[in-house]
Amino acid sequence: MTLALNIPDAFSIQVINLCAAVMLLLGFAMLAQRRILSLINLFMMQGMALFASTLIVAYTTNQSHLYWSAALTLTLKVIALPWILHRLIRKLSVKWDVETIINIPTTMLFGIALVVVAFNVAQPISQLSGAITRATIGIALACTLLSFLMMITRSKAVPQVIAFLSMENGLFFAATSATYGMPMVVELGIALDVMVGMVIFGVFFFQIRQQFDSLDIRQMERIKEE
Amino acid sequence: MNELLFVLAIPLAASILLAFTGHRPYAANINIAGSLATLLAAVLLTIRIVRDGPMNVLGENFFVDPLNVFLIALTALVGFTTSVFSRPYMRVEHDHGKLSVGRLRLYHSMFQMFMCTMLVALSTNNIGILWVAMEAATLTTVLLVALYRTPESLEAAWKYFILCGVGIAQALFGTILIYFAAEQVFGHDPGAMLWTRLFERRSELEPTVLSLAFVFMIVGYGTKTGLVPLHNWLPDAHAEGPTPVSAVLSGLLLNVALYAILRCKVLVDGALETQFAGQLMMGFGLLTVVVPAFYLSRQKDVKRLFGYSSIEHMGLITFAFGMGGGIATFAGLLHMTVHSLTKSAIFFAVGHAAQMAGTQVIEDIKGLIRRSPTIGWGLMLGSLAILGMPPFGVFTSEFLILTTAIKYHPWATPILLVALGVAFASMFAKVQGMAFGEPTVKPLEHNPALLPVFLHLGLVLMLGLWIPPYLNKWFLLAAQMVG
Repeated sequence: MTLALNIPDAFSIQVINLCAAVMLLLGFAMLAQRRILSLINLFMMQGMALFASTLIVAYTTNQSHLYWSAALTLTLKVIALPWILHRLIRKLSVKWDVETIINIPTTMLFGIALVVVAFNVAQPISQLSGAITRATIGIALACTLLSFLMMITRSKAVPQVIAFLSMENGLFFAATSATYGMPMVVELGIALDVMVGMVIFGVFFFQIRQQFDSLDIRQMERIKEE
Repeated sequence: MNELLFVLAIPLAASILLAFTGHRPYAANINIAGSLATLLAAVLLTIRIVRDGPMNVLGENFFVDPLNVFLIALTALVGFTTSVFSRPYMRVEHDHGKLSVGRLRLYHSMFQMFMCTMLVALSTNNIGILWVAMEAATLTTVLLVALYRTPESLEAAWKYFILCGVGIAQALFGTILIYFAAEQVFGHDPGAMLWTRLFERRSELEPTVLSLAFVFMIVGYGTKTGLVPLHNWLPDAHAEGPTPVSAVLSGLLLNVALYAILRCKVLVDGALETQFAGQLMMGFGLLTVVVPAFYLSRQKDVKRLFGYSSIEHMGLITFAFGMGGGIATFAGLLHMTVHSLTKSAIFFAVGHAAQMAGTQVIEDIKGLIRRSPTIGWGLMLGSLAILGMPPFGVFTSEFLILTTAIKYHPWATPILLVALGVAFASMFAKVQGMAFGEPTVKPLEHNPALLPVFLHLGLVLMLGLWIPPYLNKWFLLAAQMVG
């Protein structure tokens, strides 16, 4: 059952491109942000950008299941997860934690290099893309890689998890912009996995703090390669 | 009613039941009963597939063919024997004060849930659901690895979580790319994610997109298979989790992740009509055979030792599938089977050995055979089998892989032989020290369940001497599918 798709007009394409640019910008902002509280807010804003772009794609291509996907993004990424994270850092009293060791200028330079790589990798695909806009696959891949870089450079547990979640944002953006969204059952499954994963992370934070007196992953160096 | 529905529903129901009753003394029996029922359903399913050929279940959402029915049966079998082994094992752990009853409840419930996610991953026809099930399997095993809540186990679980989370995110990107390519052929249709439909029109899929997708897929699912250089989580998770979990991780989960790569390879081969996917798999496979072989001699923890050995064997299987062709694929499937059976048998023996010694440090485990001949010989024979000694089945599959390599890729043969030789030397010396010598280990207070060890080793021995004709036909059919 092939659905007839409306071709979006130039204005919506502009808006989606804007959302993509905002997502990428927020990706860089997260990479450079040392404070946990601001990091959560940035993550929430990235979720908003994803929500907006999904909504516009849903509206212009007239697909009802993308509205559901947008609603899912709104509840999960903009409301539920930031709320859980806020609660967690309050309970763990790490609200004002500042990460000191990251070298921001170097990280940013690496980030720029990754964006260039992402655009190069995505180029052959973008040329085939009959979907809304061509640059978005490259941007989605760049967002994913930036979160990946953030995961590597951070040594505290909470920022690592935020990086993990923001990676999921990039992937969802790829799915909506390049393919007009995956089948509903798959999106629901992914959302469920993210949610369950978040709960497990939450439990883990407390366990890790209890065992190591800190949420710093560098404390975890007990297992040594012989 | 279809047997597959039972295969999927029984572990799910058992998991929910055990979430409420898992702390009771009879919970281990429910666990065994659930696994046995799953095994019976899997056997009936296998009989039906052998008789009627591939089939779709629940519309086109689930799909069973010779390739996955063989893995479903293997998964159900090892799941059952592991549940038998875990009953006395977990009882001893509980008596030693390592686990509270609440943790036992978590263990029993998550064990069944883990079986359920793996069986869904094996039988689903939707590549998106395959991803969802793999991620769910990661989440359940993270809870199982962290079961003891010691600093080491938390560290291992965190590492596993983060590494596999990143890895599997790459696999999701690969899945999206395949869907993207499928959309060009099918139009915007939810059916474009169904493997059977993709398989029918695989030659029409856009080659550039698929080759890029395969790179993401092999990195993503390869992290879960333990391919070097993405293998770091594997030895830690094996060493710090409870032993039944190490057995199912090595014996089953790695296979399921490799199965996901295989399904993807079939599509990519059809679209590209080149050796790209195979060459990538051969490269990863060869690296994964060589690197852990040199780590083996440095290991002090017995479960880490066998964790590295699992990585090595996964590399060998990946290499075999990468070479492709009937014989290599047949050997790869056979090696998957015998490795699962042997490695889980070894972990059963190792688990009890570590309980007898009160430690997992190899140097402190001595004289197993003197204290408990069954455990000692189980470990010794299992290690000989996994090291590729005839007449065990591992020898047969390794022999087939090596001879195919000599014929088509002679440059790879010396590398493989050296790696296997180094692995043999370092592992045999360590296992010999544990099995013989003056005993430092104490007898167990409960009778261990060693039937699974000898059942597995018996099957591996049988596969080395004689492959039953129906099993042979089945392997050949599956090998044809993978190509």
